[in-house]
Amino acid sequence: MTTTTTTRTGPRDDVPAPPGGGTDADTSIVVTDLVKTFGDNRALDGISLTAPRGRVLGVLGPNGAGKTTLVRILATLLRPDGGTAVVDGHDVVGRPQLVRRTIGLTGQYASVDEKLSGRENLYMIGRLLDLPKKDARARADQLLERFNLTDAAGRRAGQYSGGMRRRLDLAASLVGRPRVLYLDEPTTGLDPRARNAVWDEVRELARSGATIVLTTQYMEEAEALAENLVVIDHGKIIARGTPDELKELIGARVQTFRPARPQDAEAVAAALRTAGLAEVRIDDATGAVSAIPADDAQLTAALAAVAGTGVPLASVTELRPSLDEVFLTLTGKGADR
Amino acid sequence: MSGTTTLAPADSPAAAPIAPRIPDDASQHVPFRAMLRHVGAVTRRYLILIKNDPEQLMDVVLMPVIFLVLFVYVFGGAISGSTHQYMQFVVPGILVQTAIMAGSTTGVGINTDLTNGVMDRFRSLPMARSAVLTGRLVSDMCRLLLCAAITLGLATALGFRFHTNVGAGLLAVALVMGFSFALGWLFMIVGIKGKNPQSVQGLSILITMPLQFGSSMFAPTNSMPGWLQAFVKVNPMTHIVNACRALTTGGAYAHDVWISLAWIVGIIVVAAPIAVRMYRKKI
Repeated sequence: MTTTTTTRTGPRDDVPAPPGGGTDADTSIVVTDLVKTFGDNRALDGISLTAPRGRVLGVLGPNGAGKTTLVRILATLLRPDGGTAVVDGHDVVGRPQLVRRTIGLTGQYASVDEKLSGRENLYMIGRLLDLPKKDARARADQLLERFNLTDAAGRRAGQYSGGMRRRLDLAASLVGRPRVLYLDEPTTGLDPRARNAVWDEVRELARSGATIVLTTQYMEEAEALAENLVVIDHGKIIARGTPDELKELIGARVQTFRPARPQDAEAVAAALRTAGLAEVRIDDATGAVSAIPADDAQLTAALAAVAGTGVPLASVTELRPSLDEVFLTLTGKGADR
Repeated sequence: MSGTTTLAPADSPAAAPIAPRIPDDASQHVPFRAMLRHVGAVTRRYLILIKNDPEQLMDVVLMPVIFLVLFVYVFGGAISGSTHQYMQFVVPGILVQTAIMAGSTTGVGINTDLTNGVMDRFRSLPMARSAVLTGRLVSDMCRLLLCAAITLGLATALGFRFHTNVGAGLLAVALVMGFSFALGWLFMIVGIKGKNPQSVQGLSILITMPLQFGSSMFAPTNSMPGWLQAFVKVNPMTHIVNACRALTTGGAYAHDVWISLAWIVGIIVVAAPIAVRMYRKKI
């Protein structure tokens, strides 16, 4: 255990947090040594992180890594077994109602009432957030319009498509104009179009100044939306940094050159070696040639070299490291330490 | 509920200005008016659910109708000598039975609700925790009122006659509603604790059957064996049924009304806080 620098927030919320603890103008969430166990399973095993105010923090990890547990604790749905979590200056255990006033939650499984219409869902939440009837109604209509649900407002949410339901869920989490928003795998199970719509919304929200905690299992999503990332596995943070920093950690980018005729693979490989690319390999099954360019210039040279051979290429693709590879790399490093 | 595990270790440098430990519920307090608003919003939700899916009314509303017809025409002659006389006897009993059934519906309902995604939403809102349970109960009371009206309407059509005044009749209905409200809290505990709706339903029947039949609900108690009569005397159902009977068909009711009220208040005072606590902890 490292030394704990964060204590509970004071008994009154207008009392400034002790130095080094709580949250301030720049940080919205401070999590210190958070532990949560379910029986023998340590779902969270000493997580510490901070979320900068008004930014998107991506929490990346495979299924069962502890992402949802972390979000549920930050959303006051679960009590931690150890450690502290302070959201917008309020301790999630000591001041849950104040935390609830500042947060919005969009779960992995949309938490809307399927038997109520879209409008009724939003109106109910408005009332539960103590909006006067008129305001609750106006806010519901406003959000329905913003999320392109006006036409479906009177229909039951159970009849919505996956994308519409997720949009309604997002709208539901925004009724109270939260300063901190948790998006727990907001695009899991969505088709690409619905996913893009959610992505656009997240960007829009980030621009509006909300702090967003986004969990995802997709590297691509984390890269697209988050400025800062933490990677968690087995309840521990195994890496943190910007997407670029993490990519460096994961290793070089692999390019794959696929000749139109598999028998040309040797010629392509030879050209790539001439251009100076590293780890040139031929996949015998497909005839594709993979190699790692040192930089952009070398990649350009490689293309020129292949063009010089006159061999027709069917495709050139950059292999993004899959999440599996990310984890193999990162957990491998963790074990060496 | 203890928050002590989240305190910084005593030897850590930042631990010096440790704040006095605040109760977990310090920020949980919701003003009464806000709580009423929350109960209203949740009740509204349940009423919309009923409106959107009227079929769920069927069992609750039809059950007492079926019981009424079956009991009167199957047992009526055998128990009271004539179906008409038995009608006068059994209708108040059926009324109380609807209250018990409504109560157990509450338990099964809350068990189903807990698996609904919207519960996560409720828990992440700064609302009164008890509002979810109370709202559910209030909507169940609305359902019960409809059910009681249908039962009494049908009974009257079949020959049941009030021998008291309107005030007494309304008091009988109020007593039934109050009893159902109290039982609802009790069944809520079963519903929150239960593994699934089926087990809650099973357990509810197991609990309510002896209480219903081991009372003056369906038959006069004087022919029952002594041990059963002893049970009948302490069974709150007996007092509620006797009170309703006297309030609708005549007789002294003050004693039974007071005992019934004591049971209603007692059950609420004990069961409601337990149910709310269990709901809070069930995450």
